[in-house]
Amino acid sequence: MADAVLRVRDLHAGYGDFRVLQGVSMEVAAGEVVALLGANGVGKTTLNRALSGLLRPSQGAITFCGRPIAGIDHAAIVRAGLVHVPEGRRIFPNLSVRDNLLLGCYVRGGATRAQSLARVLESFPRLAARLRQAAGSLSGGEQQMLAIGRGLMARPVLLILDEPSLGLSPKLVEEMFALILRLRAEGLSILLVEQNVVQSLAVAARAYVMEHGRIVMQGAADVLAGDARLRAAYLGL
Amino acid sequence: MRRAAVPLALGVLALLPFASSSQFLVTLATLTAVSAALGQAWNIAGGFGGLTSFGHAAFFGLGAYAAAILQTRYGLNPWLGLPAAAAVGGAAGWLIGFSAFRAGLRGSYFALVTLAFAEAFRVLANSLDITGGGSGILVALHPAPGNFQFADRRVSYALALLLLGLATGAAAWLASGRFGAQLMAVRENEDAARALGVAVVRTKSATLALSGALTALGGVLYVQSYLYLDPGIAFSAERSVEMLLIAMIGGAGTILGPLLGAIVVHAIADTTRSLIATPGVAPMLYGVVLLVIVGVLPGGLVRIVARHA
Repeated sequence: MADAVLRVRDLHAGYGDFRVLQGVSMEVAAGEVVALLGANGVGKTTLNRALSGLLRPSQGAITFCGRPIAGIDHAAIVRAGLVHVPEGRRIFPNLSVRDNLLLGCYVRGGATRAQSLARVLESFPRLAARLRQAAGSLSGGEQQMLAIGRGLMARPVLLILDEPSLGLSPKLVEEMFALILRLRAEGLSILLVEQNVVQSLAVAARAYVMEHGRIVMQGAADVLAGDARLRAAYLGL
Repeated sequence: MRRAAVPLALGVLALLPFASSSQFLVTLATLTAVSAALGQAWNIAGGFGGLTSFGHAAFFGLGAYAAAILQTRYGLNPWLGLPAAAAVGGAAGWLIGFSAFRAGLRGSYFALVTLAFAEAFRVLANSLDITGGGSGILVALHPAPGNFQFADRRVSYALALLLLGLATGAAAWLASGRFGAQLMAVRENEDAARALGVAVVRTKSATLALSGALTALGGVLYVQSYLYLDPGIAFSAERSVEMLLIAMIGGAGTILGPLLGAIVVHAIADTTRSLIATPGVAPMLYGVVLLVIVGVLPGGLVRIVARHA
């Protein structure tokens, strides 16, 4: 893949002596939605932390838009356009919805704040109606939308969504995946880290399956959706 | 209208002592303004930044000693004590902050570290020659504007108001600006702020430096009006606690909170002192007021006057 936005080669990372990632290699192409699947504790979050510069890998290479980014400062990574929406709706509860959103665009310059804000609010009309409200007063689903909207304020090249459907009601999960489809249609590259296998495979072009810090399966999403091993491991079928 | 009413009332209140010939009123106003300024300086770190310090006396004392030592030992003009103190307080804030935050200390651990620094400075000031040890430093009385000593106490009051204005301006800047938004994001959720590319350690260290510099300026005003300094005055835990209490009672993380807190705390302290002769009653009352505030009005007194102040 010549036009890969993100390329990871033989990545090792961990905490102290505890090695979590043991040689992960993967790619995300421009405009592609890629799903990263796996149960709890297989290293998905560790991989995310390494990608966004919060954890220094012990070995291996990460290339973003042709530039090596392994181990560089997280602020520089965000400025380059790799934006991470962490799991668990990490919003700023006592700040207004507007301030939450604006915080997303302070690090990356470029388009004016007003432009970015207008564009993001177009995708999230419910946030537009609550701009002055404290973010902590939003419902769980709205908070998740806010976290994603805040990530979009940085005008990312690649958006990493960490468990965006976690803890949402089935209806909101559907809305979440509809949103991912819209972002995909706009040409945004997305790395979707999820446990929700069926719906992730429905929106992704390709997928990687992680186990014990390694990629154990990869391929086109529709092929993996029919894979007997994956179905057995994750769907209990 | 309601938003403007409180600052307007405070402004009128602040100007009253200039029209009065009562020394008592001017002194009370000066003490209140200095307390409000120090409370605001604490609030910048503790309120807006969530950097709960139990040892802000460290910055107060460093600023006071810088001003006192420079004029008594090196014959420098006391006005130069202001920039010198701000530099020392700012540098101390940066160094304490950077080392603590880099080590990942937060919350009560950070509070203990600041407490330890203030205590360590107190012990040092007690044993070093340059600080005059336990007997302290006496600044020669020589009232003259060029000498930063004033026969008319209203001038000292004006300077206290200026410092309060400076600290409040800094707080207003934090409440509305980009740096302040990043700081509050760090306070609310460090990991999420980091994910947005906020340099967490640098943001917090710079805030403690700003707060330390402003607190040190308060120390200079103290030296210039009392002309005496010893380790107990400079680095006492009571001073740290008073700064924190004023901000918390008034409303931490708000612009008006420390002003309201200072007025209420001084009203309580000075009324009790004139009514009850037993020492130690006033600090006990602070404690009671704080308990009531935490229980009934967790956001501080400022919540009474403005919901989103």
